[in-house]
Amino acid sequence: MKRRTMLTAMAFSVGVPATLTGSFLPAGAATPSDMLVMAKNIDDMITLDPAECFEFSGGEIVAQMYTRLVTPDPKDFSQLVGGVAESWEVADDGGRLTFKLRPGLTFHSGNPVTAEDVAWSLQRVVILDKTPAFILTQFGWTADNVKEHVRATGPDTVELTLVNRFAPSLVLNALSAGVGSVVDSKLVLEHEADGDLGYGWLKNQSAGSGAFRLLSWKAKDAVALEANPDFYLGAPAMKRVIVRHIGEPATQQLLIEKGDADIARNLSPDQIAKLTASPDFKLLAQPKQSILYIGLNQKNPILANPKVREALRHAVDYEGMVTNLLKGQWQVHQSFLGEGTFGALNDNPYKLDIEKAKALLAESGAGPDLKITFDVPNTSPYIDMAQAIQGSFGQAGVTVELIQSDQKQVLTKYRARNHDMVLMYWSPDYLDPHSTTDYFARNPDNGDDAASKTVAWRNAWDIPELTEATDAAALELDTEAREQAYLEIQKEVQRNGAYVLLFQQVENTVLRANVDGFISGPTFDTVNYSGVTKS
Amino acid sequence: MAVAQQSDGPIGSPAEEARAHSALLRLSSRALSLILSVVLTVFGLLVVTFFIGRVVPVDPLLAVVGDRASEHVRAQAALELGLDLPLWQQFLRYLGDTLQGDFGNSVLSGQPVLDDIARFFPATLELATAATLIGVLLGVPLGVLAATRHGRWQDQLIRVVALAGYSVPVFWLGLVGLLVFYAELGWVAGPGRIDVIYEYSIEPVTGLMLVDTLLAGDHAAFVDAFWHLVLPASVLGYLSLAYITRMTRSLMLAELGQEYVIAARVKGLSERRVIWRHVLGNIMVPLITTVALSYAYLLEGAVLTETVFAWPGLGLYITQSLFSADLTAVLGATIVIGLVFIGLNLLSDLLYTLVDPRAR
Repeated sequence: MKRRTMLTAMAFSVGVPATLTGSFLPAGAATPSDMLVMAKNIDDMITLDPAECFEFSGGEIVAQMYTRLVTPDPKDFSQLVGGVAESWEVADDGGRLTFKLRPGLTFHSGNPVTAEDVAWSLQRVVILDKTPAFILTQFGWTADNVKEHVRATGPDTVELTLVNRFAPSLVLNALSAGVGSVVDSKLVLEHEADGDLGYGWLKNQSAGSGAFRLLSWKAKDAVALEANPDFYLGAPAMKRVIVRHIGEPATQQLLIEKGDADIARNLSPDQIAKLTASPDFKLLAQPKQSILYIGLNQKNPILANPKVREALRHAVDYEGMVTNLLKGQWQVHQSFLGEGTFGALNDNPYKLDIEKAKALLAESGAGPDLKITFDVPNTSPYIDMAQAIQGSFGQAGVTVELIQSDQKQVLTKYRARNHDMVLMYWSPDYLDPHSTTDYFARNPDNGDDAASKTVAWRNAWDIPELTEATDAAALELDTEAREQAYLEIQKEVQRNGAYVLLFQQVENTVLRANVDGFISGPTFDTVNYSGVTKS
Repeated sequence: MAVAQQSDGPIGSPAEEARAHSALLRLSSRALSLILSVVLTVFGLLVVTFFIGRVVPVDPLLAVVGDRASEHVRAQAALELGLDLPLWQQFLRYLGDTLQGDFGNSVLSGQPVLDDIARFFPATLELATAATLIGVLLGVPLGVLAATRHGRWQDQLIRVVALAGYSVPVFWLGLVGLLVFYAELGWVAGPGRIDVIYEYSIEPVTGLMLVDTLLAGDHAAFVDAFWHLVLPASVLGYLSLAYITRMTRSLMLAELGQEYVIAARVKGLSERRVIWRHVLGNIMVPLITTVALSYAYLLEGAVLTETVFAWPGLGLYITQSLFSADLTAVLGATIVIGLVFIGLNLLSDLLYTLVDPRAR
């Protein structure tokens, strides 16, 4: 009797779900044929306003919602094609650019895309002056003068005049970045509060003319996009795109295996190998322009010695790390412009050579017992890489003390120039070599209070000649001469720089076999969902 | 007559008035001490969270404007956030805003922290409540069974099951659960709270997916939400069950040795009555504490479970905010969790008085 009572109590608690099992069953997996579901870590997304957005995930979504004045050609990302602009002309002196707009474009709201919208969008970026605004303000535009230099000169004509001269190709490349997105001024101004140009509203809304409009963004949860049937390149086949925030790679793997996701974006090399062994999945491996490097602080007299820096470059097992640790996620690349970029130096002269490293250290006169600290973000694959580097440096006679911290903590220390060596990641802000060269080979003021905290500054690398060369390359009107200038700068940085340049990222995306037309491209905002189809 | 009236009259007599007055005083004093304790706890929480947030060696502006912002953009952001003020002034400003219900805006979502919490907390509440229900409905009977079968195979088996719940990492358990019950067997739905085909058709009213799908009258969505909840709730429920079972067993064992149990059995009371009414009744106060602690622990945010199941709950929110140095969000959410703890403690106190006359 007493046993029966207890068993009854337990049976009741088990029985409720058991009864439910009989009456409802979980729905079968598989996403609808006109819906694309993507599993991705999107925890970096903080805004969808093109004047402020500067994060990888946010930039990717903004690129789907807005059309830019000009845009990289998805067939060849080194070329630009018109977006909102149908054509453009550059004045002979390179100081003025005139854009003629594509006729018949409309925003998601139904409002026509006008020259006033284009001018207002660029002016808004400069006036709001958020983080990515420097991409436009480098041309000398300020909140006070931007309306004078960026203006609609006709119903379908926009004219830009440069206060600070740059090569026209650089200006066009900069306009192809997220800040060049054309925003629906009428709609945004309806939601303006206290003269904020709609800043408060546009953070989590869309007001563009891109392939998709925003349906919903739940931070750290999901983004839902809806197809724009009037997109100028044709309505996307996917009526809806859902980007689900799945932080855990193992969960991403299960979702794509089960068919609850069509694309998984953050899988580990082992997971990718397992999935792509099956005909149900395929791999899209896209070299990105992001690079990994070791920063060598020149405030440390040991690292300021050129022979020591050269020795360290010979004391890294580049190939070994790619083969054993990085497994297709990164490729060896020893210059700061990634392969595929205009002007990139694709020469990798350094290989692991411990004897040569030892000889160089002996020549350097830096002493027999070299001890250096090494700041590293405490996440994969940085820790494994740092340990491998610690090992090979040790063989060469350099004792490395690893300091593992949260990435923002490492950045804080790096920005304060309190490190010896640091393992760091770099991704360009827009598709022009100046974006990266400006950071790696330019340091106009090496003082502690300098306004410009470039990568060169963070490593206290005082380089007046290279700074001049970088400025000159940005102004060069002749394309071939400009390319040559970047090659020379890279060679110099590769030989004598305050860095050990290591790897270039390869983004591996796994797609279900029935998904086609997904484009990743060389940067975070060249990802394109509009051509995706499912068979 | 007057005396008689005084002694007989239930209301209005000086003695009654004195007793009522004294009871009122006791009640007021208790309420006052309660309020004081809540205020001091919340204040302590504010002080600790604020100053911990400020001594972390991370540049707070990195989360706000990123690494590549120009110096004047950084200066403008610092001014807006009051980071240029001395620390004590920043604290006073924070205190004033918090007392007015303004927890600030999350850097990561761009939304007021309270709005974020209102969105994330119901997900955690739904999961933690389901898990606690599983923990209580299975854990208490299992604990009682183990105690009454002390030393026998049933006891040994239950102890192993409970020990496993304690020892197996919940993260691993979640992944294995997904692999077996979702990927292989297809018995439950996958990660997330509901399938994407339903998600954007359900209007969030309470934030509790089961309730909202019912309110929307969408049976298929309700079923889908239910099957999404089953696995994470079971994994967390197992954790809760392990704790509740072990505590129930040990409380029962201590109580079963008491003389009143022997006396009750000698008087001829049925074993069922002795166990379920007298013994269980007597361990109810510590058992309520156990359940409340377990519930509070789950409400605080089962970070790992939420990560594995892509469950957009408070634990995930705090952890991601912490990793992103979004201290405004961390502070706001910590205060809410603190208040939940305080609330559950008060609720436990209230329940004590209901189940135990000595506590009244």
